[in-house]
Amino acid sequence: MISVKHVSKTFGSGASATTALHDVSLEVARGEIFGVIGQSGAGKSTLIRAINLLERPSAGTVTVDGDELTQLSPDRLRLARRKIGMVFQHFNLLAGRTAQGNVELGLEIIGVGGADRRRRSLEILDLVGLADKAGAYPAELSGGQKQRVGIARALAGNPKILLSDEATSALDPETTRSILDLVKTINVQLGLTVLLITHEMDVVKRVCDSAAMLENGRILEQGSIVSLISTPGSRLAHELFPLGAVPPHAGNTVIEITFSGGSADRPVIAQLARNYGLDVSILGAAVETIGGKQAGRTRLELPGSPVANAAPINDLRGQGLLVEIVGAAAQVEEARA
Amino acid sequence: MIDPTDPGFWPGLFQVLLVGTGETLYMVGVALLLTVLIGLPLGIVLVGTERGGLFEAPFGSIWFGHIVNRVLEFIVNLGRSVPFIILMVALIPFTRLVVGTFIGSTAAIVPLTIVAIPFFARMVEIAIKEVDAGLIEAAESLGATRWQIVAKVLVPESLSTLILGLSTTVTSIINFSAMVGTVAGGGLGSVAVLYGYQRYSTIHMVAVIILIFVIVMILQGLATGLARRFSHRGRPAGTRASVPTAI
Repeated sequence: MISVKHVSKTFGSGASATTALHDVSLEVARGEIFGVIGQSGAGKSTLIRAINLLERPSAGTVTVDGDELTQLSPDRLRLARRKIGMVFQHFNLLAGRTAQGNVELGLEIIGVGGADRRRRSLEILDLVGLADKAGAYPAELSGGQKQRVGIARALAGNPKILLSDEATSALDPETTRSILDLVKTINVQLGLTVLLITHEMDVVKRVCDSAAMLENGRILEQGSIVSLISTPGSRLAHELFPLGAVPPHAGNTVIEITFSGGSADRPVIAQLARNYGLDVSILGAAVETIGGKQAGRTRLELPGSPVANAAPINDLRGQGLLVEIVGAAAQVEEARA
Repeated sequence: MIDPTDPGFWPGLFQVLLVGTGETLYMVGVALLLTVLIGLPLGIVLVGTERGGLFEAPFGSIWFGHIVNRVLEFIVNLGRSVPFIILMVALIPFTRLVVGTFIGSTAAIVPLTIVAIPFFARMVEIAIKEVDAGLIEAAESLGATRWQIVAKVLVPESLSTLILGLSTTVTSIINFSAMVGTVAGGGLGSVAVLYGYQRYSTIHMVAVIILIFVIVMILQGLATGLARRFSHRGRPAGTRASVPTAI
């Protein structure tokens, strides 16, 4: 649905030039919610603005629903943008218009006339749960309500794609959840493809089917959450399930087991203790429901060196679990392999 | 010398003030209308043709946009820096060309408009620049044309600031209209000069001052009220400053 190929963006020129995006490529499938996560300054905003060409890439191509936007004339680009709704961190609502007026703005721009416009705007406000606030000005609305108006405005023209630029970053945790639930609802109900950028891992956990990690203008990794979890050494997986610093473990082996899908239901640790007679200590665990399935990471300490524990570790791997040996011991593991 | 004890004095004063007020309102009204018609687009183009602006590249040419911006900047600065009394006299040939004469209220409209346009264009520039760039971005993301952005975002969102700018502009047009009176432009300025100054009538002078003050106060009050009416920023709770009152 969205295909970004080798996009770079440089601001300024000469000695003062700064490159916000380095050869970024992304694929967002139809109907999924794709999250781009990164620290501030990573280039997230530039990236999402490059999708609808609010920021024109210095190099590379952006294709949305079959249209290569980077090739379109200004007039054609305007038409293409109507298929792409966008919501903003600071809502960007017109202060002089009511909630309904703001939703109607999108319809006015695409030339929807009088009665139709009013009917459609009320319909959409109802969808986002703001039917009773149609006549309120933005100054009279809470942050969450403003973002609902922003979403309604973006949806009014029946777009196929919704871009979300840190839509929940200015909101408190509870409101963030309700807005994310709304995004999920419209994703399912309207079959909308959503590309969102965020610096909050919780957003990715809660709604995303796929994710990419952006750092210093480069994509470090991307893919479906499920596949990222089962990728050894995935930074995203580690940040999805933070276990904190590894404690000193001289002489012992610390392993991290990543569960996803069906493996999360099995009594893995109990089996380990029973079958190998090991005194397993649990150092940390993080479990989340992602895409309706349990997934998580557990950090265990096993007595003895990694070599001594080769049998139980191989057994775990044989069960389809992702097992990583932590710290200096990992070198031993590599030497053995 | 005028004699206030003369039975004809008060009706005469009333008559003179009525005509003077009428002329002033006529001059100021028409000049204001022309100022808005020309100054508003001028201000918008002035902001728009700046680097990164909405009309940065008219007809696809950044170079052309830059030239337009420079030329307009120059004209506005010129208009703002020449003292009105000099501008008024210097414009006499032009006024004669346009109106056919340089005497009377209609002729006075020409210099008044010409001095007010750059002034108001700056006010428009300030008001438009106050509009959050995010709003323009939002409209662009909805597929708006540049003119839709001007008509649906820039002007409506800066309306209350524009109205206050207009009220400042009208105050200075009234100010200048009195100066026009000194060179046969008519209006309350003429009354003050012909009766108050040349014929030593303090009563005329005081009456003119009071009338002009009242006119300015009414317009100011009207503008502040309208500005508040169009500002939906949520006065008590909003983090944005309330609308500043123009002087």
